[in-house]
Amino acid sequence: MRLRYMLPAIAFLVVAVGLGVGLTLKPREIPSALIGKPVPEFSLPAVEGRTGGLATADLKIGTPVLVNVFASWCGPCRVEHPLFMELARTTDVTIYGLNQRDAPADAARWLETFGDPYDKTGADLDGRVSIDWGVYGVPETFVVDGAGCIQYKHISVLTRDVLEEEIMPRLQGKKHVPCEK
Amino acid sequence: MRILAIVMLLAGVFAAPAVAQYVDQPLSDPQLEHRAQVLHKEIRCLVCQNQAIADSNAQLARQLRVIVRERLEAGDSDSDVKTYLVDRYGDWVLMRPPLKASTLILWIAPFVILAFVLGGAAMFVLRRRRQQQASVTPLDAQEEARLAAILDEQN
Repeated sequence: MRLRYMLPAIAFLVVAVGLGVGLTLKPREIPSALIGKPVPEFSLPAVEGRTGGLATADLKIGTPVLVNVFASWCGPCRVEHPLFMELARTTDVTIYGLNQRDAPADAARWLETFGDPYDKTGADLDGRVSIDWGVYGVPETFVVDGAGCIQYKHISVLTRDVLEEEIMPRLQGKKHVPCEK
Repeated sequence: MRILAIVMLLAGVFAAPAVAQYVDQPLSDPQLEHRAQVLHKEIRCLVCQNQAIADSNAQLARQLRVIVRERLEAGDSDSDVKTYLVDRYGDWVLMRPPLKASTLILWIAPFVILAFVLGGAAMFVLRRRRQQQASVTPLDAQEEARLAAILDEQN
């Protein structure tokens, strides 16, 4: 068959494959600009009724940590919450909670009602620290390596699949991106 | 009734939201405010995605508008403000993506497609013209003779 007659078919295939790949992308999930970058400098008080607070130094403890951005007003946060509870119960992974733009009493009540899986919490009342972290939706979950370098960010509800395929390997140091200084 | 109304009014006053709310407070310097508003149109709202923060009512958009004004007041240039946001949110936050290696395909694809279309159209036209030229080759002697015979017959 002559090439001329095949051209429309080839053009169709190129467009179809291109659009097909486009369909599998998730345009709502913007890749983080902070992967491979050190965590921002910050220091936050703890959620009401808790001690400690959360600061940059807590993210440079030699072992990888999880940082979960949550809020009591965030519906999907309740969906992923049991998974964090399970992680806290069954593993020794350090989990920090970054409480975004929440009324202090609401945040405290939320943790009392559904359980507190966090080793430390930071109350980001005005949302400024979240912006430094490049957070644009809640929930978001970060993996930070022992030196305070951001390794991974998951946007929206954390599922078991994502936990096992993306997060655990990074917590165990099996996947690692070098840090840009 | 009146007492109830007063109580409700007071309750409204004191039940101020515990979470910080961001209000669009124009800058007092009109030039600075003008720059802020131009920048607001250049920065994408991350929650609504196809809107600039100038057009969005999302909390984050409102907060980013405030931050743009803050940075300008602190003496940042327009590009400093953009860099501040790009550092946190990536090139995505800009309504007009910058031209660089990773965005090259975005910028050149329209021209490549245009070149293909124009090339295809040109080929089509050329071939058409060639066919038309081929179809008006002059008659040879034998054909002329036949034509003359047919015309004679009719007359």
